[in-house]
Amino acid sequence: MADHTYDFERERRVTPQPSEHGTLQGWIDRRTSLSDRRKRVDSLLRAVLDEPIPGGASLAYVFGSGLLFLFLSQVITGMFLVLYYIPSADHAHTTVAYITKEVTSGSFIRGIHAYGSSAIVIVLLLHVTQTFLFGSYKGRRKLLWIAGCVLFALMLGMSFTGYLLPWDQKAYFATTVGTNILTYIPFVGGSLKSLLRGGTEMGQLTLSRFFVLHVLLIPAFILFFVVVHVFLFRRAGAAGPIQGEPEALKKSTEPFYPKQVLFDALFALLIIAGLGLLAHYAPVELGPKANPADTQYVPRPEWYYIPVFQWLKYWESGLAVIGILVIPAFVGLLFVALPFLDRRPERRPWKRPVAVTIYAFIFIGLGALGAISHRNDLRDLNIAPQLAKQRAAVDVFMKKPFQPELAGPSLIAATVALTNPVASEGKKVYDHEGCAECHGNDLAGTLAAPTLIGVGDKFDDAKLEGILIKPTDAMADGGMLPVDLKDEDLKLLIAFLEAVK
Amino acid sequence: MLDFPEGMANGKTAGASQGGHGGWRMISCSRRSLLGLLLGAGGATIGALLSVPLLRFVLHPVFKAALPLSWTEAGDVKDFASVTSPVKRLVKIEQRDGWRKLVSEKAIYVCKDAKGKLSAFSSICPHLGCSVSWHDEENNFVCPCHNGQFTADGKLMGGPPPRGLDLLECKIEDGKLIVHYQYFRQLVPNKEVIA
Repeated sequence: MADHTYDFERERRVTPQPSEHGTLQGWIDRRTSLSDRRKRVDSLLRAVLDEPIPGGASLAYVFGSGLLFLFLSQVITGMFLVLYYIPSADHAHTTVAYITKEVTSGSFIRGIHAYGSSAIVIVLLLHVTQTFLFGSYKGRRKLLWIAGCVLFALMLGMSFTGYLLPWDQKAYFATTVGTNILTYIPFVGGSLKSLLRGGTEMGQLTLSRFFVLHVLLIPAFILFFVVVHVFLFRRAGAAGPIQGEPEALKKSTEPFYPKQVLFDALFALLIIAGLGLLAHYAPVELGPKANPADTQYVPRPEWYYIPVFQWLKYWESGLAVIGILVIPAFVGLLFVALPFLDRRPERRPWKRPVAVTIYAFIFIGLGALGAISHRNDLRDLNIAPQLAKQRAAVDVFMKKPFQPELAGPSLIAATVALTNPVASEGKKVYDHEGCAECHGNDLAGTLAAPTLIGVGDKFDDAKLEGILIKPTDAMADGGMLPVDLKDEDLKLLIAFLEAVK
Repeated sequence: MLDFPEGMANGKTAGASQGGHGGWRMISCSRRSLLGLLLGAGGATIGALLSVPLLRFVLHPVFKAALPLSWTEAGDVKDFASVTSPVKRLVKIEQRDGWRKLVSEKAIYVCKDAKGKLSAFSSICPHLGCSVSWHDEENNFVCPCHNGQFTADGKLMGGPPPRGLDLLECKIEDGKLIVHYQYFRQLVPNKEVIA
């Protein structure tokens, strides 16, 4: 008994108690049991870092984490861009020009974001190709592959919706063509297009929809599927190399940390360094503001959509549905269903000639389509000069200093006077009769009298004439004097006031 | 009483793990943690480097907000050659608000003293902010609101205003009169710039 008591006391003295009085850590701990949680986080971190990789760490496995890193970079740069961007057909282009030309580091951050979208497509293709060649979609990784396919589609959705947001010529016209493709879908195509555009034509509502898709909806889905994808990956475990005896692989198994972490970190560094150099030395461009009335503009999508764009050109007759809908849908389905169609456990690519040939054929085909499109654009006597003209317009716009937008209430009186000759005469009467002394030179009002901007909306000609000649009691109390003018001057003054809306 | 054995057990296992594996874990941990430290430090350095443009991006309006003095053209000096009494001129005032600009027209009076030196007054009455107007026949400025009166060189003659008309800074450049338009606080005896 005495021994027991002694031991217990000694332990209390030797072991630091987590809830010691008087220390901040102890205080927090008593309320949150933080040290317990920290132990749990520690063990979770250990589980993550000690994830065994059969056959050891390899540079071939860096693409997945590279994509995660790029997604993070897009989220961060995207959040910063929204600090200045406004999704409005009136202001979007001005705000992007402001970011690009005036805000400190604005061109750089927009560049990281814009080039980042291309980088995602490249790393995505590398990731998919690695997964395909290593046969890592097989066995218990079916669901993992499907989650990856969903992420692929979501990423393409991100780049499609993001392309419109700067609201310059190429953004506007490329999206017009892109959304038009939907009409090829039988029965519901037209309705789908209207749903996406927020009407039959491209406009403000299209921009709002694309903005919501780009910054809220699709990112939320991506986040969810990234969690699912990573969870399923951890569940299934790393696939490891394509050949080697199980015993040998077991022997050369390495934990995720440190070597693979190091490889992943180096790849992330390579990506951000590449993006940084590009953003700095080849600043991302912005063209002139979208002009829907321009009938000459030849739209071209972002480079990774060019092969699809070229493919669509071949299907213009009644067979369009097959080329534009059936074949791409079939290829897409084939892609998603790959782990169900190819069920053999064989992972070595040279033992899977059919699958590898189809895969190579699709990618070489897409590459060839891109090359043909590029060659046609260079050779076509109608298109080449127009494309050159468009490039020149972009260069001219980029060289011009930033032009701030004239704010709403600015110079309403002066603008009205400029655009309407009768109102212009009326403004002279306004200035001459001393109206400006109380109502202000810009009609914005002074302490002595209210603003007259919008007075044309409030009163019609007859009513205005009435209150000018005989001000209401309230007006007279405020110091308004009856206007005593020649009939024609009164008419001019009324025309001016009516024009100021 | 009951939890004594438990306390004992805990004490023993803690001791055993410290004594038993302590040496081995120390070695493997130090190699791993050195790498971790390097990786962490490298990551932190690169992260800090990357956050520089982001910080500059956010702080842009803080450092660029100070507007340059808005000097505006009030007309050719030649035009004022034959001026004998104050003349009214509208000057355009531009204010930047991020990617927007607010433009407004403000009235000023350009005057010439006996030596031929040009000066400019704000037309805003220092009483309650109405616009004063020049009356040739009475040879003074009159505010239409409360009948404040000022001489041709802006001095207070009578009425409720607390001070004379506010003189604006002006200079002559390339044969043009350039004015620095500012707003002044009303109802105070001394001129006070508010914007």
